[in-house]
Amino acid sequence: MYDKTVRRRRAVLGALVVSSLILLTAYFREPGGGALHHVQRGILEVVSPIQEGASRALKPVQDLFGWVGDTVSAKGDLQEARKERDQWRTIATRNASATRENAQLRKTLGLDAAVTDMALYGPKTARVIGQSPTLWYAKITIDKGSSSGIRAGMPVIASDGKGGQDTGLIGRVDQAAAGTAVIRLITDSTVAVAARTVTGSAMGVVKPSPGNPRDLILDYVAKDDTPATGQTVVTAGTVSKTSELDSVYPPDLPIGRITRVDDQGAADQTPHLRPFVDLRRVQFVQVLTEKVDHNR
Amino acid sequence: MVVSPQLIVRLVLLGLAVVILQVAAVSQVVLFGATADLTPLAVAAVGLMCGSITGALFGFFVGLFFDAALVQTLGLTSLVCVIAGYGAGRLRELRDPQATVVPMIVGAVATAITTFGYGLMNFMLGIDAPVSFLLLRVILATIVFNAIIAVPVFALIRRCLGPALPDDPRRRRRRAYTTGGLSPLSRA
Repeated sequence: MYDKTVRRRRAVLGALVVSSLILLTAYFREPGGGALHHVQRGILEVVSPIQEGASRALKPVQDLFGWVGDTVSAKGDLQEARKERDQWRTIATRNASATRENAQLRKTLGLDAAVTDMALYGPKTARVIGQSPTLWYAKITIDKGSSSGIRAGMPVIASDGKGGQDTGLIGRVDQAAAGTAVIRLITDSTVAVAARTVTGSAMGVVKPSPGNPRDLILDYVAKDDTPATGQTVVTAGTVSKTSELDSVYPPDLPIGRITRVDDQGAADQTPHLRPFVDLRRVQFVQVLTEKVDHNR
Repeated sequence: MVVSPQLIVRLVLLGLAVVILQVAAVSQVVLFGATADLTPLAVAAVGLMCGSITGALFGFFVGLFFDAALVQTLGLTSLVCVIAGYGAGRLRELRDPQATVVPMIVGAVATAITTFGYGLMNFMLGIDAPVSFLLLRVILATIVFNAIIAVPVFALIRRCLGPALPDDPRRRRRRAYTTGGLSPLSRA
């Protein structure tokens, strides 16, 4: 009797482990449109309304815990924020005159129709209804999908609501079902974004930093480029003249600010950025559903 | 342990509730840079209350649902949760620990197994995952959070499953000691 129980227990454990491994292997090897992915999308579609309801119902509890966390960290942030505010005031004054000058020059050159408004990109606002608890999968789930015109590959921007410069690119749509979509965040190792500093002093590809998922790096920066701490990094948009190589991301979307530059001036210099948006605090996102001028 | 249909229904509802609560709410509450993870706690609690086979099966299906709901690699969370559920179940079958701190310790160990196991599996699958002091810090913070919330979570799960569980040998022993082997009802 005892032997039978032991054998049954071991058999169940073995069967479950083997099933997990088979699932893992099959899922890993099949393409995005495979059977398992299809089933997963179906489950996502069924579960997302429940997730949305739970997310809304539990919002006050989330906010309460968020408030506790924010209060703890707010004291330390205040000093830094004041210093930053003073720096930004100086920059804003300089920018105001540059904007005036720019408008005049645009008028002179007949460039009035140039894209300056985010509304042209057809932003669709969606609520975050799900988030992975692990650092390994940088994905979030939103409550709008293909029925709202959202398709895989579209860029996503957001604000974390912390004030100051808190809006920027957070990722792109990974999969879209009818009423929901999954966003792959820029901290995911498979995401790379062509970017440049706002001053044009450096150009490269923004990727997550190996060893720190909350840090980004601007990779492939040329030796002659001169990135500096404090500079803002924005998306580069389409740089190729060929229409087949359009960038997924429109130009000039803010990504983050350079915090340090490793091996400055060397052939492999690597600026590190802190994203403007705290990706774990995002509650609403905007999916940019339209391309304007091939994202140039 | 014989699993009644009533217990199966309760386990299914518990699994659905835990995953939805985790994905929709708990994951979005960040304290000191980390979030709590209810999944290993629920799996360990079921293992501790229902035994190794039920714990492993519950872990497998909860993990599968979790991966499906988050569009992650199917089978990954199942594998680590199977081990956590089976381990907690074996602990009950071999030692049947009674101390008040058992949920905390079992919860912390189950969280450690799932988080480290998850990381290890990612490496084996070749996912370019970050390894750093920060990651270790976040994992440790999650383990501490889970250990703190383990006692109320285990109590809540015991309350949910209690009416469907077969008579607990521990309760039987206690009753035998206090009532001379008879239940208060039969004495009356």
